Amino acid sequence: MHFLNQSDLNQTVLSPIMKNTKMSVLKIAVFSIALVFGTAVNAANECATGKTLKEGVLTIATGNPAYYPWVMDNDPSSGEGFEAAVAYEVASRMGFEKDKVEWTAASFDEAIQPGVKDFDVNLQQFSITEEREKVVDFSAPYYSAAMAVLVRQSSIANGAEATVESLKKLKWGIDSNTTALKMLQENIKPDSDPLLYDDNVNVTEAMKANQIDAAMFDLPTALYLGAVVLEDGVVLGQFPADRTETPDQFGMLMEDGNALKECVDVALNAMTEDGTLAEIEAEWLQETTGVPLIK
Amino acid sequence: MKSRSATRVAYEQKQKRKGVAIATLSTLLVLLVLIVSIPQAPGWEKVKNSFFNGEILVSTFPSLLKAFTLDIAIFLWSLPAIAILGLLIALCRDQKTPAMFPLRMFGILYTDVFRGVPVILTIFLIGFGVPGLGLHRPWNSPYIWGTLALVLTYSAYVAEVIRSGIESVHESQRAAGKSLGLSQSDTMRFIVLPQALRRVVPANMNMLVALQKDVALLSFIGPVEILRQAGVHKSLLANFTPYVGAAIIFLAVTVPATRYADYLLAKQHKERS
Repeated sequence: MHFLNQSDLNQTVLSPIMKNTKMSVLKIAVFSIALVFGTAVNAANECATGKTLKEGVLTIATGNPAYYPWVMDNDPSSGEGFEAAVAYEVASRMGFEKDKVEWTAASFDEAIQPGVKDFDVNLQQFSITEEREKVVDFSAPYYSAAMAVLVRQSSIANGAEATVESLKKLKWGIDSNTTALKMLQENIKPDSDPLLYDDNVNVTEAMKANQIDAAMFDLPTALYLGAVVLEDGVVLGQFPADRTETPDQFGMLMEDGNALKECVDVALNAMTEDGTLAEIEAEWLQETTGVPLIK
Repeated sequence: MKSRSATRVAYEQKQKRKGVAIATLSTLLVLLVLIVSIPQAPGWEKVKNSFFNGEILVSTFPSLLKAFTLDIAIFLWSLPAIAILGLLIALCRDQKTPAMFPLRMFGILYTDVFRGVPVILTIFLIGFGVPGLGLHRPWNSPYIWGTLALVLTYSAYVAEVIRSGIESVHESQRAAGKSLGLSQSDTMRFIVLPQALRRVVPANMNMLVALQKDVALLSFIGPVEILRQAGVHKSLLANFTPYVGAAIIFLAVTVPATRYADYLLAKQHKERS
């Protein structure tokens, strides 16, 4: 008589069960790993679902016209230009591919008015300030802007230098929609009151008409205006971004309380950490070195 | 005429009191409806915070008032120039002799051009364009050329108003002047113009009120007057209340001017009828 022993049991009953269990456990393990991976990847893309104006589309607003070097040839959909490139990179990290990004034009005023906005984010060199933060939401900063002084050759011939004392004596003109006015009043305190204008082109026009001697813009804009719009413009010097107590940083502007902000911040922080943002800056803003510091 | 009876007077008084009561009631009702229904709108809180923020209104008001003094200054120094130039252009258009035809043509062209082009365009073209030709400081100041642009535009309107006044003086007045042996210019100076100018004072007051507001357009070429100052606050605070503050200041000046113009118009009607 053959009694069932352990090895029989193993062979006939346990071992097949064990085999099956082993297979199941393996299958379950593989499946769950795949699931976790899959959701991790999708989680990044799903952050923005349901939070945009149009489902599945990111609507980005910028200036009209949009200036070099922030956008090339006033065509943001080409992806060329610092802000255009940053916008497309952030969009793709949020799960919006190039064909799912739509561009529109909106001014600062349209961005801060109460009421429904017709964009998800708005980027056109907006500086992040505490007062503005109370009314709108800004993303994490995507650029630290050095403020630069633009003058004409004739001012340099008359003895203007990159020192505060010399700059005090000049007649200043500022774009009143920028934080340059505050910077001027805090750091330079000019002897005569500055003249204020609506936009950068009016400031350079006043310079051409010799109504003002000097103007202040963020460094890339100053370089562009000096070289292209004003033929004999010279960037006299810069205040580096981290010099003042409140450094000038650009952020993407969004409606107050916009749920999309956290997705945008995640994308921007990732871009800053892995160096993508620095790469984009080096590609589009590489001329912004070599300008002397103002003492 | 028979004097009215006591009962008639009492009846009329009662009707008048009834009318005042109904008017008051109806006004209160309309106000109530507005006060109750507007805050029901879903966006009211945001609009209130964006346009009617009391804290920001109070904090920006002093700087707005200070900036308004520049508006008043520009207004005051433009006024005499507009009055004189407007009168001259009106007289140009009034020339009837063939020898003076070029002057008349100039008058017509001038009023057509400067009334047709928007003021802001004129301000840009003259305020930036002329200094850009190469003038030296202080002759290229935006105050000078911006004011000139305003003066040129408004004198075109004032010229048309004065011309309508001149034409409203009846031909018989000129005939009377002629019969007295007065020359053309003397007739104009002593007979026609005094009447014409008095007749168009209400219309000119209208122009004055419009000028008070259009002075703000000089902000586009640099001067920091109230519109620009409000814009600076708006940009830094991301709030539109400074513009409401500026509007209040403008109203404080233009409403009395408008009421005075109405008073003059009523006085004129009374004198005529």
